[in-house]
Amino acid sequence: MSPPNRNVDQPASFAFSAENQERAKKIIAKYPAGRQRSAVMPLLDLAQRQNAGWLPRAAMDHVASMLDMAPIRVYEVASFYTMYNLAPIGKHHVQVCTTTPCWLRNSDAVVDACRRTLGIEVGETTKDGMFTLAEAECLGACVNAPMMQIGDDYYEDLDAESTKRVLEALKRGEKPKPGPQNGRATSEPIGGRQTLLAKSGGG
Amino acid sequence: MLADKDRIYTNLYGHDDWKLAGARRRGDWDGTKDILANGRDGIVNEIKASGLRGRGGAGFPAGVKWSFMPKQSDGRPSYLVVNADEGEPGTCKDRDILRHDPHKLVEGCLIAGFAMGAVASYIYIRGEFYREAENLQHAIDEAYAAGLIGKNACGSGFDHDVFVHRGMGAYICGEETALIESLEGKKGQPRLKPPFPAAMGVWGCPTTVTNVETVADAPTIMRRGAAWFAGIGRPNNTGTKIFCISGHVNKPCNVEEAMSVPLKELIEKHAGGVRGGWDNLLAIIPGGSSVPVLPRSICDTVLMDFDALREVRSGLGTAAVIVMDKSTDIVRAITRLSKFYAHESCGQCTPCREGTGWMWRVMERLTKGEADLAEVDHLLDVTKQVEGHTICALGDAAAWPIQGLLRHFRHEVEARIAAARGRRAA
Repeated sequence: MSPPNRNVDQPASFAFSAENQERAKKIIAKYPAGRQRSAVMPLLDLAQRQNAGWLPRAAMDHVASMLDMAPIRVYEVASFYTMYNLAPIGKHHVQVCTTTPCWLRNSDAVVDACRRTLGIEVGETTKDGMFTLAEAECLGACVNAPMMQIGDDYYEDLDAESTKRVLEALKRGEKPKPGPQNGRATSEPIGGRQTLLAKSGGG
Repeated sequence: MLADKDRIYTNLYGHDDWKLAGARRRGDWDGTKDILANGRDGIVNEIKASGLRGRGGAGFPAGVKWSFMPKQSDGRPSYLVVNADEGEPGTCKDRDILRHDPHKLVEGCLIAGFAMGAVASYIYIRGEFYREAENLQHAIDEAYAAGLIGKNACGSGFDHDVFVHRGMGAYICGEETALIESLEGKKGQPRLKPPFPAAMGVWGCPTTVTNVETVADAPTIMRRGAAWFAGIGRPNNTGTKIFCISGHVNKPCNVEEAMSVPLKELIEKHAGGVRGGWDNLLAIIPGGSSVPVLPRSICDTVLMDFDALREVRSGLGTAAVIVMDKSTDIVRAITRLSKFYAHESCGQCTPCREGTGWMWRVMERLTKGEADLAEVDHLLDVTKQVEGHTICALGDAAAWPIQGLLRHFRHEVEARIAAARGRRAA
């Protein structure tokens, strides 16, 4: 969908909070003088975080003026990258990876568990605005498949039951522990690592 | 099996402290100033002698790549750009370096950046790796505070900054020139080459884009010597490598092993074997989604390295091993990859923009057998019209999985068409 999204109510104005203004200044300083346009992606991300997870036109225009960019160049970026949401979104953005490595480990069951637990289809938001459900392309946690991303966190090694457990906890306002849900710590083989057994490691 | 003492990533699983104190205990940042004292040529020659080949998929000799950077500045600064946009389906190795061993990467940035005469490193990390970016930024902040990077890094007299730049969800930005475009604040659409990045990269300046693991390997290679690294694996395929073993194995995991380890040994020793035993194996994609699938007969004996996998018309790629047992609908497994590439095409080149969608739609029909036999050859023909006819390799990457499927499992595709015809007749 090309921004600004005409199918949603667009707020009349947007400005960074004082705190985010400071953050934006630090971000711009990471790039060489005159190359401030490089900050467009992090600034759009910052704007989206300030605006309940989605980017209205006013935010894009605000970033364009800060970076001395033509607004269309900012719209191009906002519509190219999938992590920018151009319409309002649920408080919890649930993205289930369904690419082949996750699919082989039954990501279908994870998607089904999400649909049933949340009572919505993929691409929809719950009526109370708490959850948006999406399918995602490979999220890069393939040895912990199947997995889903909720907000900034990965929930890994899922099955139908653990998926439901995570979502129910979020519904209750709790923060379920991210990472593998089957007892693994990270990417070691289940049951404990078979290598790197010396206390301080090798090298 | 590779001995623990020869493993580079000693905190691969995050079982130890990933911060500076832990990293120092594991040997990171030890004598970095002395490493830099070898000079640019000294470091480049050591990396060349080690035989290190790029760990991001293409396998280009790292030392040679670094040597392309200008020796004398013409007034423009040079940059090292680290590709942490890990997104090749099956691949999750850089993630473990970023979150569990970030100081290996930061130290690698200093050493590789010094060898290239770069004023700064930009680490482009995929946006979804938010927690990993947090750990990495923390490690960078620690390194600045300890005087390890920044002005007069490690007391060497060399200045080098390290910055994190987060992507925002585009697989194509793993392609080096798309990554550069993205870092410049544009859509991630690949550039035509030449000019190559070493001549004109980010902001029009000499740039080398290189994978996380390649850069993070460098400090240990410099510390232990090229001969140590070159003594592991086979000639032209040297060193250690992080393998990601996913799919139908009993214990999916990441593990650092010797290059050229036999595929069967890798799976049986580290991943608990194929679900239901080796005889239950159908096929393996050995190097991430872009490389052609291999049937079991080849998996029995093939070695996991660049040359051995190329000989069997596949590739090491990112060393992401996707295992499929006999319960797998292999046509659907590959079709899902076709959907992935159709989703991720940047839309710039017609053969890829139109071809990836077309191939996916035909694959969807083939999974149900709803096609004519003649369409199988037609599909194969289209994959060859896409392959090699686009600015970047995404077109090739979309074509190869289908070519691999038809090379080894054409009988399965044709049987499905025949079965569907039989159902219609009945």
